[in-house]
Amino acid sequence: MKKLINRRRFLQGSLVASAAATFPLAKNTAAATFEGYPDSMGVLVDLSRCVGCRSCEAACNKEQNLPAPEKPFNDFSVFDELSHGQKRRTDETRYTVVNRHDIPGLNHPLFRKIQCNHCLEPACLTSCFVNAYTKTPEGAVIYDASVCVGCRTCMIACPFNIPAFRYSSAFDPKIMKCIFCHDTRLVKGLPPACVEACPQEVMTFGRRTDILEMGRQRIRENPAAYVDHIYGEHEAGGTAWMYLSPVPFEQVEFNTAVPKEPILNYVKDFLSIVPMVLTIWPALFTGIHLLATKKEKMEQQKKSEGSES
Amino acid sequence: MKTTHRTLFVAVALLLAGASPGLGQTMDEYDAPTTVTIDSLSELYEPVIFSHVRHTKLAGCKDCHHHTTGHQDMHPNCVRCHLHSPPSQTVSCKDCHTRQQFYPEQVTELSNPNIYHIDKPGLKGAYHLNCIPCHVEKNAPSHCEGCHAMTDAGKDFFYLTDKTSATTKNKDNRVR
Repeated sequence: MKKLINRRRFLQGSLVASAAATFPLAKNTAAATFEGYPDSMGVLVDLSRCVGCRSCEAACNKEQNLPAPEKPFNDFSVFDELSHGQKRRTDETRYTVVNRHDIPGLNHPLFRKIQCNHCLEPACLTSCFVNAYTKTPEGAVIYDASVCVGCRTCMIACPFNIPAFRYSSAFDPKIMKCIFCHDTRLVKGLPPACVEACPQEVMTFGRRTDILEMGRQRIRENPAAYVDHIYGEHEAGGTAWMYLSPVPFEQVEFNTAVPKEPILNYVKDFLSIVPMVLTIWPALFTGIHLLATKKEKMEQQKKSEGSES
Repeated sequence: MKTTHRTLFVAVALLLAGASPGLGQTMDEYDAPTTVTIDSLSELYEPVIFSHVRHTKLAGCKDCHHHTTGHQDMHPNCVRCHLHSPPSQTVSCKDCHTRQQFYPEQVTELSNPNIYHIDKPGLKGAYHLNCIPCHVEKNAPSHCEGCHAMTDAGKDFFYLTDKTSATTKNKDNRVR
């Protein structure tokens, strides 16, 4: 009888202890929402201005020393290329691509540039278990190939399908993605190469807070020219690259199903419990198992002792 | 007015023979240049020899120079402040639209609450945003080389030359 009470007390105590250890931690992490570095930089992309000249693609290729393209950058037949039924996307040879979108009811096509959106709380960064990604105070999401193990979780995590894997080199895993020209330009306060190359000033570079203001002003002063939404202001918890569009964003194949919260928020509570489970549960259940089987063992021992005597 | 018109557009304003005054035009065509060589940005493309006199016959002053010359621009957003503004002393694009755009001092200057024109295009943006919509509308050349021929540097930049493919690291990757 005395033994039973002890076991119950042990179980109660251990459950209370593990719960106490788990919940305050989960609460703390959930409360810590990150709203981005103050004065971090961003780019406002105005889709109504783009004429599809691909100068940004050429500038990116030069700045980032990427391999020569299959077709020259002023070859516009690439807009008709489809791979697995999809328009061109970023890969290991190009950090940015421009695609043409024919909009029903519009007498001219729209062009949309794709590159990393540099989220304020990036899903690639939070999904990486070796911390290969860094969100810099300037606003860029950069990547360290020296620690990458090539697991490609970031490619699954990114809501915009941006990180690309260098499949051409099996022993030297490397994720290839736009880094906002961080090393060569952003740290010096200069705009990225694509922004500088654009003849139409489709992209406006500045502090994220300032360009948001500009975006709102453009909508307010010319309400007929834009839909009243800045894509990236809240999408995925906010991105450094944001977009204005003259047509609803889904018509230009933006993913409008992207949640307004950082992707991390959906797994934060769960993930904060994982280390607790991994450290406490083995000890806890071993203890429970030992206590639960102790009575049987002792009875068996008694029996064998009794039969011996 | 004469001195300001002379600096129209970019540094090299070629004041050739004076244009004959157009009838019924508000602008002083005597003062306006016949051609303007737009070359302050030329790197990937050759300079543009812009026939100013030809364009004055196709569009009014305010269509390109907004509130600065001739007729008052009646855009509702402009007249909020500029309804009674006199013709401006500056008519050259480059006097307001800077060649360098988004440089650090300019970016930090935006926190000054007294600046209204926070969204002013740079010189390159101002030219293209001004010229292309009208060229498209009037069926004038609207592709890049319709106005300016590509330089050798431009051909390298866009991977158009054989020289480029021979010097790049991954020349085997390239199919033309």
